[in-house]
Amino acid sequence: MDQQVKISVDEQGRLRRRPLVADLVSKRDDALLVTGLGGATYDVAAAGDSDKNFYFWGGMGLTAMTGLGVAIAQPDRRVVVITGDGDMMMGIGSLATIASAAPSNLAILVLDNERFGETGEQIGLSAGCTDMALMAKGAGFETTATLSTEEEIGSLPGLLYKTPGPVFVVAKVAPGNDERVLPSTDGAYLTRRFRDAL
Amino acid sequence: MSWSEDVFKVLDNHEVATIATVPDAGLTGVLNLCENSETKKVVTLTTEEEGVGLMQGLWLGKQRGALLMQSSGVGNCINALSVVASTRTPCAMLITMRGQWGEFNPWQVPMGHATQPVMEAMGVYCYSVEQADQIAETFDAACGLAFNGGYATAVLIHQRALGTKVF
Ligand SMILES: Cc1ncc(C[n+]2csc(CCOP(=O)(O)OP(=O)(O)O)c2C)c(N)n1
Ligand SMILES: [Mg+2]
Repeated sequence: MDQQVKISVDEQGRLRRRPLVADLVSKRDDALLVTGLGGATYDVAAAGDSDKNFYFWGGMGLTAMTGLGVAIAQPDRRVVVITGDGDMMMGIGSLATIASAAPSNLAILVLDNERFGETGEQIGLSAGCTDMALMAKGAGFETTATLSTEEEIGSLPGLLYKTPGPVFVVAKVAPGNDERVLPSTDGAYLTRRFRDAL
Repeated sequence: MSWSEDVFKVLDNHEVATIATVPDAGLTGVLNLCENSETKKVVTLTTEEEGVGLMQGLWLGKQRGALLMQSSGVGNCINALSVVASTRTPCAMLITMRGQWGEFNPWQVPMGHATQPVMEAMGVYCYSVEQADQIAETFDAACGLAFNGGYATAVLIHQRALGTKVF
């Protein structure tokens, strides 16, 4: 069942990522979040720091695989990866690995601004002919979606937190850099507190 | 292959529950034992660096993993190793070497030559083994250092211990 999502769109009707992520994080219950370097890490940190968040600050392309690892290790908890299009494209082959491993508790959300936001908003590959949700389908994900309108986005909380995984969702979001909200960069600390929170 | 059985026992003793791999001929014995075991899950990777990301996630979720690959795969892992180094996450690796003594295929030589230097440059503690009967005990030590110290460690199984591939 669709849940109410607090929507904010820009002048062209494109979804704003910061309030979207804030709304999704507020509905997490005890889900574990793994975030990709760049905008996704800042968006989730801006929604409020938690010891059940693991933020990437490097390792571009690996976020989804780390989500898979957490999902395998914690099969009774929901694990949600929130990352950028650039990070997901760098590890796009991992969609085959993840689909084959078939974790029923894992969902991946790509915040697709069609840009390398972190490095100066250079146009990315998903701005062109490349359809990541279709690649995920080809990799073997049964549930995939691309959401870009206010109407479509209502299904997002259900997809991320309820639908049997693995789930792959692309949310098309407006470009433009929000304020950088920086969580700790101490990887050993972030790792230890996450483990201790389980 | 008895060293495969011994390595499997080492994985068991260290409570390794998930094995990540892009296979190599020399790893077949261990991988088959893992596939047929009820205590282990094998994750077949598209490319080896994914395995490092997986080790990060398994450890975050309080599970132990190990990464098994051919030396060529080490080249694919370089930047990924910066993740486990930055987070002090255990990353135990078992690597079958190519491009060494008696190598038939010259295309294997550049990466085989660079495997250990590249790993060491990324902060991985490496242990090279030339005799089959020393593989398991060395891997046991490497797992101990990884899981007790939060390090990336690798056992490099020399082609002398494996026999060279002939075509
Ligand atoms: C291997 C590697 N290549 C390049 C970079 C530089 N870099 C950092 S973030 C980033 C872009 C991230 O883009 P995306 O995942 O779409 O995030 P967002 O647009 O939300 O910031 C790039 C290219 C890097 N950190 N690592
Ligand atoms: Mg982007």
